Parts: sequence; structure tokens; C-alpha cells
Amino acid sequence: MSTSKRFLVISRRPPYGSSHARDALDTALTTAVFEQPVSMLFLDDGVYQLLQAQQPAGIQQKNLGATLSALPMYDIDQLYVCDSALRSRGLSLDDCLLPVQLLDGNAIAQLIRNHDVVLSF
Amino acid sequence: MIFSLLVYAAPHSHQGAESAYRFAVACLAQGHSIHRVFFYGDGIHGASALAAPPQDEPNLPARWQALAQAHELDLVVCIAAAVRRGLLDANEARRYEKPGHNLHQGFELSGLGQLAEAAIVSDRMITFGA
Amino acid sequence: MTLHTLNRAPSDTALLTDCLRACSSGDTLLLIEDGVYCALAEQPIAWPAGVNVCALTADVAARGLDSRLASSISQVDDADFVQLCCEHARVISWY
Repeated sequence: MSTSKRFLVISRRPPYGSSHARDALDTALTTAVFEQPVSMLFLDDGVYQLLQAQQPAGIQQKNLGATLSALPMYDIDQLYVCDSALRSRGLSLDDCLLPVQLLDGNAIAQLIRNHDVVLSF
Repeated sequence: MIFSLLVYAAPHSHQGAESAYRFAVACLAQGHSIHRVFFYGDGIHGASALAAPPQDEPNLPARWQALAQAHELDLVVCIAAAVRRGLLDANEARRYEKPGHNLHQGFELSGLGQLAEAAIVSDRMITFGA
Repeated sequence: MTLHTLNRAPSDTALLTDCLRACSSGDTLLLIEDGVYCALAEQPIAWPAGVNVCALTADVAARGLDSRLASSISQVDDADFVQLCCEHARVISWY
């Protein structure tokens, strides 16, 4: 496949409570394996995925934070977070387990326009 | 135009599973082609051969199969999402030594790569979520 | 331009806010399933300027909302839904 499309995966659910966050992440990783440029955008409660010190062993789940930390190794380094989603939850970039860029509303609309395929979870 | 669909909603729990089917019918009626319908997350339940809804309610897996047969659709179910939830084809049933298999005829199990490939080669990818 | 679909009632304010924030002028927002409750005249929503908002007829009719829609919102059928997908460069599902 020679075609290349810019993918944006939007993740707006918190980790562990449902499969959405894990499915978004798996979709991003798989798409990157197909050598497509992939960006991720965390909105709403999805920003909680970025918290450090996740310890899901007690609920028999795999550590989503650990997988997220590996995203740059798969060349997924365009990671974006909704500014107001983060701030309204009393969080800052220092709370995030990997480097992300903050976007306001206008920038989110712009980000979407810069991608060919948008998959949301 | 070439479409692909991502079905992420489970039938009966959420209307999205039915919406996806209606969209597919409308799409084909207008002469567009559907490269693939990919069932992911709880959407995989839409591919169960053992679904037995009351007679006055639609049997979605059977309707998908009929549509696939008429239009040569590729109905792919995410294998990782499916085997976790107990939706198996004969191969997986053997592999995991399970007493039976329940993937509806007309569907196949495959990897998440099939979703990525579908999005790459299709003009439009439409998600029906829950 | 982008086609957005939204399938939750306006009581899911966070979803509605994210969806509206993501809209650009020239985009279309199609309300489907429980999203059609966002189209009610009695609970008007401040839609972003330049965004065409419509609701899926079958979902409106199913819920008995035909006479309750805000006048600014047009109804489209399944064939129009497909056509809207063709007319926009990408489709985002908000759910």
C-alpha cells in the first residue's frame, strides 16, 4: 500500500472502566505499524489516561499508562491534549506521563482539518 | 465512492449496531461500494451465530450475512476483541480447546490491521459507536 | 470540511461541548440516535456559526419528536446521510 493518510485517534474516555481507552490505543499502535502518520488527541475524561503512577494490578488489568509511554517508540509522538479538559480537572502537564501538546478549541478544530481519517473512542 | 464501516456498538444494547446496518444498505443502494465492515469492541457481538432475538425483532448477524452475500462484502471481526468475549470460529475453538464455535457464517476473524487497511484504502470510514 | 455525527442526548454536556468545539465553519453536524434530542425547540442549543445542523428522520420519528424540532434544524434520511459523507472530507463520530 503506497497510499499514506494522516490518522487522528481521539480518545475521550478514562482508562480501565471501559475498553474504549485500550481500544483507542491499540488502534493507534496498529495504524502506526502500517506506516501511517498517527496523532492522538485526548479529550474530556480521556486525559486521566495520562496520569502517572497507575497501578491496575489490583483490578487484573494491564497498565495502560505503560503502553502509552511506549507511543514515541512507535513513532506516535504527535500527542495532543485539550487544554480545558486538563485544567478543569486540576491537572497540568507535570501530571502527564509523557510529553503532550496543549490545544485550545480553535486549535482542536484546526488539528481535525489537518487529518484525513479520524477515529474516535 | 469506497466506504468502510467500524461497528463499535453491541446489538440490542445500543442502537448503533442497527444504525450501521441501515447505513450500509443506504450506501449500497446509491451504488457506492463497501470495502469492509469491521466489528470491534462490544460490536463483535453483532457476529454471533447464537443470537436468537424474538421473531418480531431483526436478527442482525443474519441480515449482515445476507447483505454480504448479495454484495460480496468483507465482514471482519477483530479477533482479539472476539476471542476475549467468547466469539470463536472453528480454528480458534480448536486452538483454545473450547467445546464449540459461534461465529456467524459470512464473517471472519482477523486482526486490527484490517481496520487500519480499510481506513487507508477507503474514501470514507464511518464509525458507529457506543 | 468535516461531517460530525453525534448520538447522545444533550444531557451528556461534555460530549456535546467537545463536538461543538471541534466544529469548523462549513462543517455539518448530523444528529443521530439519541443525538436527535439536541434538536428540540424547547431546549435550544447555541450552535457554532457556519455549522449546518441536521437530524436523521428515522430517529426523530421513532422518538415522537417530529413536531418538536427547532425550526433551524433540517431533517435528512439515510440516503442523505450517505450523501453528506461523500460531500465532506472526513467523518467524526461523537458517542
